[in-house]
Amino acid sequence: MRTTLACAAAALLLVASVRALDGDFGMHDPSTIVRDGSRYYVYSTGAGLPVFVSDDGWTWKRAGSVMASMPGGKPRPDVVARGGNNTWAPDVMKVGDRYFLYYSAPGTQPKSAIGLLVGKTLDPQAPDYGWNDAGPVVWSDGVEDSNAIDPGVFRDPTNGSLWLTYGSYFGYIRLVELDPTSGLRRDLRRAPINIAINGEASIVIFRDGWYYLLVTHGSCCAGTNSTYSIRMGRARKVNGPYVDRSGVDMLQGGGSLFLGSSGRFVGAGHFGLLDLGDGVQKFSCHFEADLERGGISVLDIRPLLWRDGWPVAGDNVTAGTYRLESVRTGTALELAVEGVPVGGPRGGGRRGGGAGRGGGTGRGDAAPPSPIPAQDAAQVAANWPTGPLDARMAPYLLQAQQKWSLTPVANAGGYPGSPYLRISVAGTERSLAATADGELAVDSTFSGAPEQLWRIDQLADGSYRLMPKAVPGRSTPMALSAIGGSSPTLERIDANTDRQRWLLRTP
Amino acid sequence: MIATRIVCAMAVCSVVTIRIAAQGVPVVPTIIRPATATRAAGTDGFLQRWLILEPIAVSGQLTDSAVRTTVSRDYFPGQLTAVAQNGDAVTVDGKPLQWHAVDTTNYNVNLFHFAAGLKKSTSNVLFWIVTVVRAQQDMPDIRLAIGSNAASVWWLNGAELITLFNDRQTVIDDGVSRRTMLKKGVNVIRAAVINAGGATDFCARFLDANARPITGLTIDLAAAR
Repeated sequence: MRTTLACAAAALLLVASVRALDGDFGMHDPSTIVRDGSRYYVYSTGAGLPVFVSDDGWTWKRAGSVMASMPGGKPRPDVVARGGNNTWAPDVMKVGDRYFLYYSAPGTQPKSAIGLLVGKTLDPQAPDYGWNDAGPVVWSDGVEDSNAIDPGVFRDPTNGSLWLTYGSYFGYIRLVELDPTSGLRRDLRRAPINIAINGEASIVIFRDGWYYLLVTHGSCCAGTNSTYSIRMGRARKVNGPYVDRSGVDMLQGGGSLFLGSSGRFVGAGHFGLLDLGDGVQKFSCHFEADLERGGISVLDIRPLLWRDGWPVAGDNVTAGTYRLESVRTGTALELAVEGVPVGGPRGGGRRGGGAGRGGGTGRGDAAPPSPIPAQDAAQVAANWPTGPLDARMAPYLLQAQQKWSLTPVANAGGYPGSPYLRISVAGTERSLAATADGELAVDSTFSGAPEQLWRIDQLADGSYRLMPKAVPGRSTPMALSAIGGSSPTLERIDANTDRQRWLLRTP
Repeated sequence: MIATRIVCAMAVCSVVTIRIAAQGVPVVPTIIRPATATRAAGTDGFLQRWLILEPIAVSGQLTDSAVRTTVSRDYFPGQLTAVAQNGDAVTVDGKPLQWHAVDTTNYNVNLFHFAAGLKKSTSNVLFWIVTVVRAQQDMPDIRLAIGSNAASVWWLNGAELITLFNDRQTVIDDGVSRRTMLKKGVNVIRAAVINAGGATDFCARFLDANARPITGLTIDLAAAR
């Protein structure tokens, strides 16, 4: 019975989720998240375009609204005249030394407009904060096959050109080129280009010679009954044709699934790329319903992976017990203590032969061998030395010192998409820590000190980078590195080395 | 027959290479007597000149605690401090054992070749090994990087830096030390390698702050005397 209960507890631990985010993150139709200085900003649908700010990308707080700084608290009259009085679904990008904030101003849809605000800073406390209303950029007259809302702005890294996609269900998703100097349309005489149908919340991103169009399909605004999902296609040119993984043109309804409902979240929409540099890309979206928050719409940030030339939605690390395996060496991180074999026959000498080889019991009887229980720290830790010990790496042998619990730490801050995590030998307080000399130790207890808090970012290939929140006496971020087959250390971040890539495996 | 004569002309004969030669495979001896006073670290930074003491019989147990017990015993005076010269002898358990200066033609030093060539046991044995490198200036933030078959303990200038336990094969940069420093002038690298059975060898080099091999070192076994 004791074994059964232990297994059940372990299973619960494995499925316990990290929350989406912390603080004020209830919102709908979030913009791309943009960093200005040391802070992250995101804007959403709502009266006056709500502003949300975060110091770390994990804990968010509401910081007023964009329109509060505008004359009359609303868009310019020509924007309202082209569209309406609502302020929805913005997108924002820094172009040169200014921020371009595009927002939806719908009237009675599909009569709508997209306006542009230009500002020098996103920080409402900055002395030069303020938005200049540049007026309407695109609009739809209520009859044409377009609904000019949901702007998505894109800077083409191949030539610096600036583009805007927009549209929502009525007719087409459209693309227009913008003037990077003004943020307005480059040539009003050039008709918008139709690039997709059946969606909204479109945006283009670029990678390795491909343009990817992310759109949202399905129905929004129905809580847990929302069928919202993020779909994708790709093209060799920014103006298309965008074709999904099955070869269907998005102008003919194509769109491969990028992210739908899962876990405790219903209805994903409004993709936004958050490129953190050093090989870490994330994406933002909103879910129509977060079951942990009574089904309200919330912002989320998740890892962005790439596989076979397509973006893949990753998952933030969940609490649980893992083995931490180096991509470079295939060896596993362990507490540097003498391991105890988990059991079973071990005859045959050092070369792995003998009774255990070939699967025989070595006893010559017919009775089936008994299962060997999983080894946990309670079985073997009494023989471990006290005090801080080294961390090292070794072939994984299912032993207790090789199993690590990852646990979110409350009220310790975080990073985009996740709180900091504690990394402890499963079933113990022994916690992985950075040392003052830029190396590693396993402290005997968890104090919550910054050197014991870990950031775990999933990289484009699905592996993970582990970084302590702080390394005593050093200001440069450092990452867990398998510098040797048996030797972990901390090194400055290098996005190109397998030494800093780790797999979180089921133990 | 020619191959056999060539091999035995070397300071250390290898029964393994002799046997292979008899099967018609070209002989490639890897352990030879140093022909120069000093030697530069190899192109990949490997230290290819060492003093090796003839093997000491031990239990051959390779767990953490067994290796600690084996290595912590006093076998001969100055085992953690002295730098011998080729031909020096010590007495361990009443038996004389000789130090041999060797070069390896590979990145690694094949202790099986070494011991078998001397008609010594290669199983359940402890090898003490030492080398001396000269650095042109203080070199902070470097690391000693080794591989060994099997378990081993390593010291740089008297400070223990690396331990590898259990049966294992030599893998380049398997054990890598914490950041340390090579001081300007003479630096002594010492190790105890314990083998239980089968092949036994090791390799060693230094890595810089960016984990790149350090090649500008000179090995001078006489420098520490």
